[in-house]
Amino acid sequence: MDFDLSEEQRLLKDSVDGLLKASYDFETRKKYRAEKGGWSKDVWGKFAEQGLLGLPFSEDDGGFGAGPIETMIVMEALGRNLVVEPYLDTVVLGGGVLRRASAEQRAAHLPGIIDGSKTMAFAQVERDSRYDLGDIKTSAKKSGAGYTLSGEKFVVGHGDTADTLIVTARTAGGQRDAKGVGVFLVPANAKGVDIHGYETQDGSRAADIKLNNVEVGADAVIGDADNGLSLVNQVADDARIALCAEAVGAMEEALKVSVEYIKERKQFGVAIGSFQALQHRAADMFTALETARSMSFLASMASSFTDLDERAKTVAAAKVQIGRSARFVGQGGVQLHGGVGVTMEYRIGHYFKRLTMIEQQFGDADFHLRRVAQAGGITE
Amino acid sequence: MDLSFNPEEVAFREEVRTFFRESLDPVVRKKLQEGHHTSKDDLVNWQRTLNKKGWAVPHWPTEYGGTGWSAAKQYIFLEELQKTPAPPPLPFGVNMVGPVIYTFGNEQQKKHFLPRIANMDDWWCQGFSEPGSGSDLASLKTTAKKKGDTWIVNGQKTWTTLAQHADWIFCLCRTDPDAKKQSGISFILIDMKSKGITVRPIQTIDGGVEVNEVFFDDVVVPAENIVGEENKGWDYAKFLLGNERVNIARVGMSKERIRRIKELAGMVMSGDKPLIEDPQFRQKLAATEIELKALELTQMRVVAAEGKHGKGKPDPASSILKIKGSEIQQTLTELLLEVTGPFALPFAPEGDGRNEEGDWASPIAPGYFNYRKVSIYGGSNEIQRNIIAKAVLGL
Repeated sequence: MDFDLSEEQRLLKDSVDGLLKASYDFETRKKYRAEKGGWSKDVWGKFAEQGLLGLPFSEDDGGFGAGPIETMIVMEALGRNLVVEPYLDTVVLGGGVLRRASAEQRAAHLPGIIDGSKTMAFAQVERDSRYDLGDIKTSAKKSGAGYTLSGEKFVVGHGDTADTLIVTARTAGGQRDAKGVGVFLVPANAKGVDIHGYETQDGSRAADIKLNNVEVGADAVIGDADNGLSLVNQVADDARIALCAEAVGAMEEALKVSVEYIKERKQFGVAIGSFQALQHRAADMFTALETARSMSFLASMASSFTDLDERAKTVAAAKVQIGRSARFVGQGGVQLHGGVGVTMEYRIGHYFKRLTMIEQQFGDADFHLRRVAQAGGITE
Repeated sequence: MDLSFNPEEVAFREEVRTFFRESLDPVVRKKLQEGHHTSKDDLVNWQRTLNKKGWAVPHWPTEYGGTGWSAAKQYIFLEELQKTPAPPPLPFGVNMVGPVIYTFGNEQQKKHFLPRIANMDDWWCQGFSEPGSGSDLASLKTTAKKKGDTWIVNGQKTWTTLAQHADWIFCLCRTDPDAKKQSGISFILIDMKSKGITVRPIQTIDGGVEVNEVFFDDVVVPAENIVGEENKGWDYAKFLLGNERVNIARVGMSKERIRRIKELAGMVMSGDKPLIEDPQFRQKLAATEIELKALELTQMRVVAAEGKHGKGKPDPASSILKIKGSEIQQTLTELLLEVTGPFALPFAPEGDGRNEEGDWASPIAPGYFNYRKVSIYGGSNEIQRNIIAKAVLGL
């Protein structure tokens, strides 16, 4: 039992923190968001230089063979700095699918991810799917050696700048059947792919994507074209684990800026942080943050579980805690700031928005609570 | 970073679990499972069983009977104890006055009292709170005046848990009436059989009697019964309260309660299905289980930090353990109450649990009432928030 980071992990943390401290202050972030595509190619290049984009891939694939704790360290740092670059979409989701793909597919796609020249997006959400990963209407019909994909995907993170889309589509069965789900690699510039990009509430980017009879080859299929749901579940859990860590980073910073604010803001001739009502709110935010951090640790540890049901249940439990804590810390941070908390000018509102949107990604607290309850709870 | 226990710790867990299950009187275990009160003998016998095994005071320094276990093993021991469930060690001796005596007491006090605490030859109670001094403990008024080689103690203590069984009480007494609040207080050990001590029970809302008022009327105490230095008692009290917070999360006990809730909710019908299959009930329980998991890991983080960096000052973050631990314990008594449905209502005076096979419901509402105490004692949850605000957030 040991909660300390190893020497290498500490170095990684210092280097990510150092990089973001030097290049990601609040004003500069606005400039990155105003760049074409809504994020900074320059920052992305620095991520590649520092090896962050190759972190979770095996050394044979040109990566660094790092484990889930390393990803957690990076995601926390991204959360603390409200980073808008497509790390989750490219490295965690795209990379998560590719790590489980064939040697040929890995060789074709990973080098571009690792050197920063290519990005990816995970096209999974549909109009009626809500958080059910297996609820898929998009069809994949056999056509020659390959497939023809048709359907609509929504809120695809960084879908408007990705080079490659990972698309879930139905090869067989009804809309919500577990069987008959395939996972496909689709070039974003393929004929019939219609991408409509937009800004998200938290300052990032997403896209709605239409697939109009898009032809892909047999090499586009990842794993078994009829049994891809387990892969989708695992990768979604990877994303949830990463989002938990990102939320912890964002909560940490939200609490920090809020406490700084109430130490400085004076009313009635004293710092408002001297008032017990505000102190107790801040103390409860600290409790929410630390319990979330504990569950984020657990989720990252669970990443290595070989029992996939146990892994899924543990991650679901973590997402419940993170969802509740994130809501409390986000709302509390705005409240402690008072009026300026609801302005664009102050950082707290942006943390609040990111924390709110994390709750809407890959299942909210209620969704995951139902899953934990159906699994009979998590007390051994 | 590694949240799992190593093979040695896993084996240790098994050893401890087996010992607890084999050596605890099944009647006592059943009483605890079903929420009945345990008797004085139940606690004394169990403490002596542990003492025979050498496990009476695992967290003490080895020279006074401690086991020298790592922080992780201490944690496993306590968790398994609570999960069994076995009677928790009476905190007033082993967790409170014991550590104060071995840290600040003189050789004679250590030699006399420590073995007797480990074997529960003496039953200790705590004389801190007074009617006018709750959260503001340092405002206490009980006085001890020097007279020859004795102290003459006058005043009143309250909320004195299980004083009706006690042989000794450790008291905070004002020994310098002119000093500033905190600085004129001494830590004095008083024999409960002394002339001038009166114990008056306070009945709590569950109908039980676990707390008392203790009156001191010209009680004569030998001068040597002071611990450490005169007027330094407040420092020792702070040390004692800091120790109290670390063990207060009671994760193991809450796990046992969850097991009990599942067992009972599997038996009680709601419509054509057992209550446990009601999605709303299950989700409430699952939500509490998740909070408990988060608490458990937070506790492990505090324990691991202590194991690594040594026992210094108690981690102010351990206030989280008190706040969340008490909230979860209360929520679980609430869920148990919901399980009972209308059978929460009948009031049955507390028996000894031996002949109440069918009467699983009667201790549940009292347990719920009684457990409102856990967010109040040991430094109320509001006081814990003050500690976090000041010591952690710097407000």
